[in-house]
Amino acid sequence: MKHVIDQPLETDRMVLNYGPHHPATHGTLRIIMELEGETVTKVTPEIGFLHSGFEKLGEDLNFNQYITITDRMNYLSPLCNNVAYALAAEKLMDLEVSKRTEYIRVLMCELSRIADHLLNVGMLAVDLGAMTAFLYGFRAREDIYDLFEKATGTRLTTSYTLVGGLMRDIPEGFDKDVLKVLDEVDEVANDIETLLNKNRIWHDRTKNIGIISKEDAISYGISGPMARASGIDWDIRVNEPYSSYQDFDFDVAIALNGDVFDRYLVRMEEIRQSIKICRQSLDKMPTGEVIIDPNLGLSLPPKDEVYNSIEGLIYHFEITMPHRGMTPPVGEAYVPTESPNGELGYYIVSDGKSSPYRVRTRPPSLINYSIFSKLIEGHMLSDAPAILGSLNVIAGELDR
Amino acid sequence: MLLEQTLAQIKEKFPDPVLETTEFAGEQILHVKGQDILTVLTALKANGFNFLADLTAIDNLTLGGYERFAVSYHLLCHKTAERLTVKAYVPEEKPSLPSVESLWKTADWQEREVFDLFGIIFEGHPNLIRIMNPDDYEGHPLKKDYPRLGRKERGDFPVIDRGIQKQKPSK
Repeated sequence: MKHVIDQPLETDRMVLNYGPHHPATHGTLRIIMELEGETVTKVTPEIGFLHSGFEKLGEDLNFNQYITITDRMNYLSPLCNNVAYALAAEKLMDLEVSKRTEYIRVLMCELSRIADHLLNVGMLAVDLGAMTAFLYGFRAREDIYDLFEKATGTRLTTSYTLVGGLMRDIPEGFDKDVLKVLDEVDEVANDIETLLNKNRIWHDRTKNIGIISKEDAISYGISGPMARASGIDWDIRVNEPYSSYQDFDFDVAIALNGDVFDRYLVRMEEIRQSIKICRQSLDKMPTGEVIIDPNLGLSLPPKDEVYNSIEGLIYHFEITMPHRGMTPPVGEAYVPTESPNGELGYYIVSDGKSSPYRVRTRPPSLINYSIFSKLIEGHMLSDAPAILGSLNVIAGELDR
Repeated sequence: MLLEQTLAQIKEKFPDPVLETTEFAGEQILHVKGQDILTVLTALKANGFNFLADLTAIDNLTLGGYERFAVSYHLLCHKTAERLTVKAYVPEEKPSLPSVESLWKTADWQEREVFDLFGIIFEGHPNLIRIMNPDDYEGHPLKKDYPRLGRKERGDFPVIDRGIQKQKPSK
């Protein structure tokens, strides 16, 4: 028997197709894995299944029309995309929005962040077999989506911002609804943490899995909660404040190990900090208009005037005509914002016409996903859903 | 502070590659020649711009500029929270420039995306293949001379025979 035992145990290399339609990929992405037994030896991610040419489309739409396209990128937190795009366009045109607009934008962004993180943590848990945490999170997320519906009219394709303001003000009594939902989210976060934080199985499945070192995180351009889980003290809301984030008092969650567990912890802590920011923004909510001065000729007139007066109609027509209305100077602007996934930037180049010459999204999903093959190599196949879940890849934003 | 010092230093050190520096909406833009991008970015990285936030390209067909294509690099310094845009110009006849994948690994996928959508070649890139479009796709969609409307009718596209359905055999 000895001659048999002394031989190295070798298995045939196996190629496994993971996706494009697999429940654990949460979107259409394909991963070609080479396996040695159960160990992953080589990974080739293949993306682009949802590529819809959003950047090319932007060259044909005017500045306000493109906001509807930004909804479709990160469809889990569309309001963050709306705000980021509006900020970039406003920087290009040198517009200053009112304080109330900025506070409502912060409120909406933070509610989106809570919803996004709840879903991400829930999905990570359900991929690893913990159904309850997912259901708790999904229930609270549904209430946040009801708030979005109240304010914007839709749950998913919100298109809430306009260049220079917001589509409409928040409805009456909205603050009471938000406070009620925030209390509920607080409880749900407690419940999820009670279920997972000291759970032996959860620790075994997530600790020391998919470790990103600090150097790797910088080299691979990782941003957002993933970078903070690797010990990088960088939050655009604090370091380069936009939309009045400097008025709010909150902490930046940082972890040191950079594994799946730490990314989960950072996201849970960010939910709590977001609750804090939401409460502060409701407390300090200034009064005023939510759109820039209509005399500038850059904002659409109220629908009442358009339908009931000839001046309003002419004015509306003037603004929406090609090469009229909103025409920024020749130049370019890049605005980074802190989206739930990381640095979401919009880069707009203008040639002085009414539609952008080039509009580029800096997609956090794409850039965070590029480290995936490095993370998974050497791990077991069953760690793939854990790592993939902790990266929070949104296919709409990944492929654009 | 760092930004001003670095820009002055770069201009002094590389008088030939640097074309000019401009400012728009409070942001500095450094315009350089495409072939020298790797040396300039290496110097910028050594000076503290440690993070490549974004890499993309612009087709200057109707906008105008030094050359047909401009590749934009958005750099960030984590220490001082300052940002700098570097634009590298690439001619239409030979759209190629050195890859910066050796400096930042994030450039790997982003350069593939620029290659896919603009047709710009990055010399020294380890795996320069299409990322968004299929491998057999023709053309580079984000070029300004690429049409925004469809080029063919539905009937002109080949029918994929799946073998299960009874279909007319396609050519």
